[in-house]
Amino acid sequence: MSKNKEYLIKRGSSEYEVIIGLEVHAQVLSKSKLFSDSPTNFGAEPNTQVSLVDAAFPGMLPVINEFCIKQAVKTGIGLNAVINKKSIFDRKNYFYADLPQGYQISQYKDPIVGEGSILLDLPDGEKNVGIERLHLEQDAGKSIHDIDPQNTLVDLNRSGVALMEIVSKPDLRSPEEVNLYIKKLRSIMRYLGTCDGNMQEGSLRADVNVSIRKTGDKKLGTRCEIKNVNSIKFMQMAIEYEANRQADILEEGGSIDQETRLFDTKKNETRSMRSKEDAHDYRYFPDPDLLPLELTEDFISKIKKEIPELPDEKKKRFVDKFKLTPYEANILVSDIETSKYFENVIKNSDVKLATNWITGELFALLNDRNLEMSESPISSKNLSTLINLIKDGTISGKIAKTVFEIMANESKDPKSIIDEKGLKQQSDPKEIEKIVDAVIKENPKNVELFKSGKDKLFGFFVGQVMKKTDGKANPKLVNDILKKKLN
Amino acid sequence: MSDIINLTLSALIDKIKKKELSSQEITNAYIARAEKSKDLNTYITTDFENAIEKAKKFDEKGNFDCKLPGVPLAVKDLFCTNNLKTTAGSKILSNFIPSYESTVTQYLWDEGAILLGKLNCDEFAMGSSNETSFFGNVESPVGKKVVPGGSSGGSASALAAKLTPATIGTDTGGSIRQPASFTGTVGLKPTYGSCSRYGIVAFASSLDQAGPMTQDVSDAALMLDVISKYDTKDSTSVNFKRGDYFKSLSSNIKGKKIGIPKEYRVDGMPKEIESLWQDGITLLKKLGAKIIDISLPHTKYALPAYYIVAPAEASSNLARYDGVKYGYRSEGENLISMYENTRSEGFGDEVKRRIMIGTYVLSSGYYDAYYLKAQKIRRLIKNDFDEVYKSVDAILTPSTPSSAFKIGDKTDDPVSMYLNDIFTVPVNLSGLPAISIPAGKDKNNYPLGLQIIGKAFEEQNLLDISYSMEKELNFKNNLQDWWIK
Repeated sequence: MSKNKEYLIKRGSSEYEVIIGLEVHAQVLSKSKLFSDSPTNFGAEPNTQVSLVDAAFPGMLPVINEFCIKQAVKTGIGLNAVINKKSIFDRKNYFYADLPQGYQISQYKDPIVGEGSILLDLPDGEKNVGIERLHLEQDAGKSIHDIDPQNTLVDLNRSGVALMEIVSKPDLRSPEEVNLYIKKLRSIMRYLGTCDGNMQEGSLRADVNVSIRKTGDKKLGTRCEIKNVNSIKFMQMAIEYEANRQADILEEGGSIDQETRLFDTKKNETRSMRSKEDAHDYRYFPDPDLLPLELTEDFISKIKKEIPELPDEKKKRFVDKFKLTPYEANILVSDIETSKYFENVIKNSDVKLATNWITGELFALLNDRNLEMSESPISSKNLSTLINLIKDGTISGKIAKTVFEIMANESKDPKSIIDEKGLKQQSDPKEIEKIVDAVIKENPKNVELFKSGKDKLFGFFVGQVMKKTDGKANPKLVNDILKKKLN
Repeated sequence: MSDIINLTLSALIDKIKKKELSSQEITNAYIARAEKSKDLNTYITTDFENAIEKAKKFDEKGNFDCKLPGVPLAVKDLFCTNNLKTTAGSKILSNFIPSYESTVTQYLWDEGAILLGKLNCDEFAMGSSNETSFFGNVESPVGKKVVPGGSSGGSASALAAKLTPATIGTDTGGSIRQPASFTGTVGLKPTYGSCSRYGIVAFASSLDQAGPMTQDVSDAALMLDVISKYDTKDSTSVNFKRGDYFKSLSSNIKGKKIGIPKEYRVDGMPKEIESLWQDGITLLKKLGAKIIDISLPHTKYALPAYYIVAPAEASSNLARYDGVKYGYRSEGENLISMYENTRSEGFGDEVKRRIMIGTYVLSSGYYDAYYLKAQKIRRLIKNDFDEVYKSVDAILTPSTPSSAFKIGDKTDDPVSMYLNDIFTVPVNLSGLPAISIPAGKDKNNYPLGLQIIGKAFEEQNLLDISYSMEKELNFKNNLQDWWIK
């Protein structure tokens, strides 16, 4: 990485490098919970997705949901990680009103997935970010403090939902790298169908570990953990704030206390939640209600066969096969829906035009309306048709933009729009010749000036022809005929 | 009527099937006796009205092909019963009515049995004398002011006093076998994983196991047939081929090799226990068994290991009783004070003691020295058994190091109370099956039991050995019904 692009915090003559590690909590995409058969629907009425197991009634026992195990293994494979054939579920003990068991079932010393890596595309090259581990755990319920002035209300719908905690190595160096890391991780999980990555619904959130050290230092500084940040923007803001806070302390000769902090999104600052001394003693021990989880080679290899083409491979294929630039390929593969859309369009259409229209007009439209690719008002089939109509000269690129706008509002197919609005390009040379003749006849002065050397006037004649045809004349034919007539 | 309550479970079933007795007659007989036996304090909750109703229904259109056709049974109050208060002997669950049924009790009702009510036990099954129950101590019918043992003390007392023809208890460190031994009844702890733990209020999950408590060995086999089944709702349930225990019972044990572990000859063991054991050995020889001296070298570490592992698991298992969702709640100014008030008022001293021990041994800095070490010892104890089972089929020991003691005798001395479990805990730590059968009496005429420990999943062998011994021992409790009012 080139020096000048490094993200550094400057204080006087000192420069600090920022070291970031993430613990991402990703909700497993699954119909039922990790240890019970309750549904996991988002937004359901409070306490309607709760079984006796989730509410920890006396004598209730957890039974592992095999599908969640598959999802975790799948994710592990997608992260190029070691799949541990034996893993253990532990109890993490603490008291809280929304934790019905009085412990969370998690994996502590023996997680289901070990070391792996994620490849990031930085502007000046690629970077591998290490994955430390991935483990499965239960989500807790939700305490609601702002409905009843006297009481805290508890919603157990999330209680027992399966989460994957994906822990990165401290390999990230800037808020931008964090942005790329989260996006890439989310992209991989969406490709795999193991997490929907929906941050608004809390399907993806992260604890952010931040420390700083003087450039050149080898030893890691003391870190602070910023808990439960639920958007990339907030993660970036929190890191920025936290790194500067730590730099201020060090610059004044102070030292960093290892602590857990919260990011206040309103004040844009982190503040201390608890120090290391106050840290919970979770009294982890293997859950005696569950046997160690043992995976067979067969189980793992079956899952391996289900792994789809992932963004890195897809990008390579797009570059190799379709001659896209790595930049274009990156944009198209980053979201699985976009890549699917693209591949559908190019089944019958020109790759170059498809790339331009998707990354240009379509992205602008979606962005404008704040839509996901899956919600696109223009189907891949219709965009493909539109591109083909440009390619075969039925309409010009300019008219196509008009048609595209209508498609965006009416979701009709481009052919009927063109027919209805009479937007078909005039490609009959004889018709165009007539119009060209008329334009020349009507503008004798400009013809004279053009012939005397004022080349710039050529555009004027083109414009006049287009005006007369409501922009429908085939621009190439207009050019050719005008040139012939004027010279 | 006195005839009815004197019948064994299998004899009762026989009479029901032959229509010599109706379910109503039997149910009424047990209820009438229970009404007169309140001084024993065996019941926490009775369900007599429903029982009579169910008996009536059974007599009208019951299925007589069931294994327990129309048989009334009372069960330990650790099994969750649908719509009937389930307290685990604790104040913290004193108002708890489950909306579900434990797997094991469901199996009883599926076979035609009828619930009489819920029997007293030590709070959360933590105790060896039934003195820790929030609902008061249970008296044993074997003598006035004598403990029935624990934690299934209410079950043992009710069974010995003939308030139920059979019952089920749970055994975490001896909670079936020790009270069986104290009350002159049969108590079987099956192999860990035989009987589902689903719906049983948990004490120590890796040790808890439900099992029958009966008047004789045949009844134990019969009850085991009903309750030992694979259950997918319990992840530790084991899907092994279960026997047809009752039908297969055999008193021929010729050539069976029985181990006598020298480590069970503990200091200060009363002479009468020593001679009981010796008589057992002599009897087995007479029955054609081969006696082999064996060594289980890590036995002395079993009790300390048990009193680390069990409280550790309990401290976590009991965290759910926090006043938030169900059970007893004592209000507080905030969440923490609500927790503190609820749990300090809701739990009794012994439960608190074990929660504290368990919390301590799992704490960072102590985990390795206590919990992890105890787990290692647990493995060594299991290895001891595995090793000797290469050369013997079963092991004979006394069930307890003493006979029943007086109420209040040991309540101030937890360690001497814990020592009661010295012969029973190694079995739980190893997940093995074991049975206690009545084999004699002490100088006070209190019963004494012998324990037979078997190989994992070989309950039939265990039952056959006890069955053959039982025939020769011909033990009779001969209770004087002194408590009847």
